[in-house]
Amino acid sequence: MTAATTSALEIRGLAKSFDRPAVAGLDLTVRAGEFYSLLGPNGAGKTTTLRMVAGLLPPDAGTIRICGINALRDPVEAKRVVAWVSDEPMIYDKLTPFEYLEFVSGLWGLNPSLAEIRANDLMDWLGLLPHAHERCEGFSKGMRQKVALAGALVHAPRVIILDEPLTGLDAGSARQVKRVLRERVAGGDTVIMTTHILEVAERMADRVGIIANGRLIAEGTLDELRAQTGNGESHSSLEDTFLALVAEQPQQQAA
Amino acid sequence: MSAGSLTWFANHEIRLAWRDWLSMMTAGRRGREKVVAIALAIFVVGAHVMAWYFVAGYVDERTVPTKPAFVVITGSILLSWSLLISQAMESVTRAFYARSDLDLILSSPVAARKVFAVRIAAMGFSVVVMAALLASPVINVLIVRGGAGWLGAYGVVVAMGATAAAIAVALTIALFRLIGPKRTRLVAQIVAAVIAAVFIIGLQVAAILSSDTLSRMVFLKSETLIALVPEVDSLFWWPARAAMGDLTALAAVLGASFLAFGGAIVLFSGRFGHHAIAASSVAASGKREVQRSGFRRRSAARTLRQKEWTLLARDPWLVSQTLMQILYLLPPALLLWRGYGEGTGVLVVLVPVLVMASGQLAGGLAWLAISGEDAPDLVATAPIPRRMIIRAKVEAVLGGIALAFAPFVAALTLISVRGAVVAALGIMAAAAGATQIQFFFRKQATRRYFRHRQTASRFATFAEAFSSISWAGAAALAVGSTWFWLAPAAIAIAVLFAARAMSPHKL
Repeated sequence: MTAATTSALEIRGLAKSFDRPAVAGLDLTVRAGEFYSLLGPNGAGKTTTLRMVAGLLPPDAGTIRICGINALRDPVEAKRVVAWVSDEPMIYDKLTPFEYLEFVSGLWGLNPSLAEIRANDLMDWLGLLPHAHERCEGFSKGMRQKVALAGALVHAPRVIILDEPLTGLDAGSARQVKRVLRERVAGGDTVIMTTHILEVAERMADRVGIIANGRLIAEGTLDELRAQTGNGESHSSLEDTFLALVAEQPQQQAA
Repeated sequence: MSAGSLTWFANHEIRLAWRDWLSMMTAGRRGREKVVAIALAIFVVGAHVMAWYFVAGYVDERTVPTKPAFVVITGSILLSWSLLISQAMESVTRAFYARSDLDLILSSPVAARKVFAVRIAAMGFSVVVMAALLASPVINVLIVRGGAGWLGAYGVVVAMGATAAAIAVALTIALFRLIGPKRTRLVAQIVAAVIAAVFIIGLQVAAILSSDTLSRMVFLKSETLIALVPEVDSLFWWPARAAMGDLTALAAVLGASFLAFGGAIVLFSGRFGHHAIAASSVAASGKREVQRSGFRRRSAARTLRQKEWTLLARDPWLVSQTLMQILYLLPPALLLWRGYGEGTGVLVVLVPVLVMASGQLAGGLAWLAISGEDAPDLVATAPIPRRMIIRAKVEAVLGGIALAFAPFVAALTLISVRGAVVAALGIMAAAAGATQIQFFFRKQATRRYFRHRQTASRFATFAEAFSSISWAGAAALAVGSTWFWLAPAAIAIAVLFAARAMSPHKL
């Protein structure tokens, strides 16, 4: 097996500027079957990076390979294996969860019978089955996020990218989402997630990457990160380590 | 100016209104103020030229207050007034349902009554300013041609704006009390659209029934109507008298309107807060759809098209807004019915109206499909080429247009096959042009901003209108069997190229 096929995501020299550089020559590798958490202060470039990976933003420079597929040269093939979940659920108020999942299945060109089985399983896991035929317009934020997550998973993606998926969720919904993500990783899929809830990253992630000023400034397991800060104390939390690493970075001036 | 006083709030409202207006005119881009100022100057000059062309011939200094003059002026006043009431109802509904600063205001230790009194006054003021600006070219021409007496028309415009705002506030609050906050949003906007449409359509229907023409002016000048209306000394004509410079009538009209507006502020500013809270707390409840099993086998393109149609069909508010544009087709349909079997003369009137309407309807549908996409990231991350997504959305729009206009084209074939073919081609060209312009100026927005899509880009709005008008002109000339149709068609294509050049997106 080559290095390319064992990596779920390989980013090299990725760059994107708006008024100022948002991502500046980022290199990042996420292994297949890994739960990877991307952390960073506000405006560090996390969301911009993930949006470029999901094919929502064209980069100014660099390469992105997803499961060995060159995502910039062959975006359609890359999108087949990727799912994108943002903090704002992307659903249609006037569709029911059942219809929404049917719509997503149609977009991904799935076999209808297989897709329906998967959809029902997902709705069952996420506690959506009793509401499967209700329009989403009356749903709470947590319910909407669960519908969006079911939509992201119905096409059985190998790489699941989530941008702050737990924002605004109640404890019960957050637990359900985390459980589903853990099951996907256990099944061999890759999860890449940004979050501001460092406890979640600490508890769920195999490895953590920290971005500041559009660059990866540290990466590894919690122990490896502690070692990088020179803080070998085993009781120091990810929050302490994160703040120590970010504090070393010069503050970027807004343009 | 002490914080929390009426003038302090008024200042706050004026500042917000000014920034909203500036942002609307510049599409939120910095450094475009000069361009906007130049465009506005050109628009003002153009509007005056058009007003001169249409109005100057009807008025001179010898124009005296006669019954026929009163009928035309009063008809025009009522027509504009219905549009103002509609616009004011839109503003009131927006104030109720847009949360933005309501929580802040209502949780502050300032009397809510005071805040909403200023807000209602600001709404009235904006209606008056808008009406005065739009009416100014016509009034200025009247003053130049007919003398300073016509300055009174500005006073009438102020009175119309004030009463329109008062009626809008009263109507919306009455709806709240009658049917509750949940239904009021939809019903108020439908009522607003119907008020705007009903007078125009009513005049056209009357014109068709009396003289087989779509011209409202022909009806307003008809002897039948003049024989039916009250005599010249009736109070009914006081607004018209005021517009022509009768100072007593002007004072009475202004006084009555200020009384109505002041009364609305005093009566309703206290309740406005309660209703605003009720409206902003309204949560949509999810309607249960018929339970079914079995995902359907569809291509990605068909999936997208079906989604667009389903979303539209399930949103009564959007359906009402869209169908409201089709309401304007009723008069031509009536004309078609009356003109059946009477030769092709009627086609010259009908075909361009149909083409124009298709352009307007397609613009709305295209906005919903392209800019009003509620899950843009989902569609963009699907493994289908971007051009297929766009094509599917365009097909959804054109399919809707074909469905709406097919009965009209089919009816036209009974009069003239050639006319029907020209109409069909014109309808599709106008629809395609409007759709393309919406694509050039796409800007992500939620569907509830459908009514305000025109404010997202003034250029897109004008381009869409010019494109539809040009295709309508081309169709009218083509029906008349003249090769001159190529000229307006070329203009329509030029408009499209200009829109492409002005597009903020890389294509």
